[in-house]
Amino acid sequence: MPLLEVDSLKAYYGQTQALHGVSFALEKGGITALLGANGAGKTTTLRSLCNMVRTEGAVRFDGEVITGRPTESIVRLGFGHVPEGRGTFTNLSVDENLRVAAYTRKDAAAVQRDRDMVFEYFPILKARIDQQAGTLSGGEQQMLAISRALMLGPRLMLLDEPSFGLAPLIVQEIFRIMRRINSEAKVSMLLVEQNAALALDLADDAYVLETGRVVMSGKAADIKNNEAIRKSYLGY
Amino acid sequence: MATTTTTPVATADTASSSSFVWRYRYWLLLIVVPLLLIAAGKAGLISNFQFLQLSLMIVYAIAVLGLILLTGFNGQISLGHGAFFAVGAYTAAILIDQAGWPFWATLPAAALMCFIVGYLFGLPALRLEGHYLALATFALAVAVPQILKYRHIEPLTHGVMGINVFKSDPPFGLPLSTDQWMFLVVVAIAALMFWVARNLLDSRTGRALIAIRDHSMAASTMGVNVSHYKAAMFGISALYTGVAGALHGIIFEFVAPDSFRFELSIAILVGAVVGGIASLWGAVIGGIFVQVIEKYADAATKAISSAVHLPLELEPWLIYGIALIILMYTMPMGIAGGVAALLRRMKRS
Repeated sequence: MPLLEVDSLKAYYGQTQALHGVSFALEKGGITALLGANGAGKTTTLRSLCNMVRTEGAVRFDGEVITGRPTESIVRLGFGHVPEGRGTFTNLSVDENLRVAAYTRKDAAAVQRDRDMVFEYFPILKARIDQQAGTLSGGEQQMLAISRALMLGPRLMLLDEPSFGLAPLIVQEIFRIMRRINSEAKVSMLLVEQNAALALDLADDAYVLETGRVVMSGKAADIKNNEAIRKSYLGY
Repeated sequence: MATTTTTPVATADTASSSSFVWRYRYWLLLIVVPLLLIAAGKAGLISNFQFLQLSLMIVYAIAVLGLILLTGFNGQISLGHGAFFAVGAYTAAILIDQAGWPFWATLPAAALMCFIVGYLFGLPALRLEGHYLALATFALAVAVPQILKYRHIEPLTHGVMGINVFKSDPPFGLPLSTDQWMFLVVVAIAALMFWVARNLLDSRTGRALIAIRDHSMAASTMGVNVSHYKAAMFGISALYTGVAGALHGIIFEFVAPDSFRFELSIAILVGAVVGGIASLWGAVIGGIFVQVIEKYADAATKAISSAVHLPLELEPWLIYGIALIILMYTMPMGIAGGVAALLRRMKRS
């Protein structure tokens, strides 16, 4: 059974319909990429999963229908959303950012284990622990955003353009760590990216969105090796 | 960027006797300073009227604290906190006037009443943000004095006439004047409310509140129930300002609709911004500012007008405006922020 099943998902911003029936599935332990140009509906898809926009259709997480539940209770099921633009709590310290993320958890020992794990993945955050998060560099803020999602103890991470606005070297490092998190911490990932080449390297499966619809899907490796698809849909 | 290095604390052991004093320095100050002031009062150095002025400063500080919790720490704007101030004042006054409650018992009642009113107002306000929330709260501030004059509730409110409240004399035959006694009461209540506010902000709840202010969407993806917290914060904020209103009514011995016109809401907002919008010390400074500027802008106008011959008529509002412009220009983070920046600079050099 897939961890996440999305069935003809529609989403609306006021009167405007942004998703016209998106369907896809994500295997447990896997990394699935959602690709597409600006305005294709990638971010909206992630927001719909957490019920942050008005949606129709069915989302099943671990076999359970979660459509229509409030965001905070969906999060408690094990969604770690790394939002577009990182969503740093700029006036809180790095430490406090991580504490807000552990907000829903009662098991102090498990939280401490996850903290240690986060600092092992991102040692720079440990060095910056008392620094105001708004003063971190872009790459560090992205690391903090991923760490925060990890502190929720998620089963599925939703990553919204983790490469956005970062230097290529930093992006490479972050993607390398994301692969480690996937394999070591056994966290499944749904990755939204504009940088298709990068995402296809990391992902197992990929779906290509265009104006709110899935126009193409398959194994990441197949899409990567198919020049016709790459040229017509991904532009590289 | 400098990384943080922790230096071992060496001072704690070397002076263990004075560390007790240092640790509880704010509490000790809170006990010593008011007692010194009372002693000065007994010696005739501070008049009863001046005790009333001091009490009012502290009362405004509590009111400003309410707004700072809401705006500074939770990111919700309000141009209508005078309304909650009025609700608190009237709750206390009506309970004393109609039901004969002792003044101290009306404070929890006013707190509860204002929490409920604030919470209920906070619920629809969830749908409003920024300018729209500002306008909705402003409408509340404009409406409340009119509602208080409403004919059918006149038996309770006495309409435009207002309610006379008689404060009780100090208990246990304490050798204090009523104003001195009320000053001590106000200090104690303010200390309690600031202490609660500080602990609230320093808790899991406080971090969630600040997270909502910084990035409400990201906060909801951390599992924080944003709407629950925002409405609750509106209630708590109204509670603080409402208790201030109740104390104001009690120490002033009078409440009337026109004491709570929308200018009061603006004064509270100005106090919060001038003091420092995201700082507890900002509330103290803001409270002092609200009281001092109200009282002394007028006096300063007269003093300046008589001292120098100006080609234009000076108005108290002009002094107020000039003071605001200078303060905002020199200390954009409020006085608390400006002083903190100054201290940091002195420490570095």
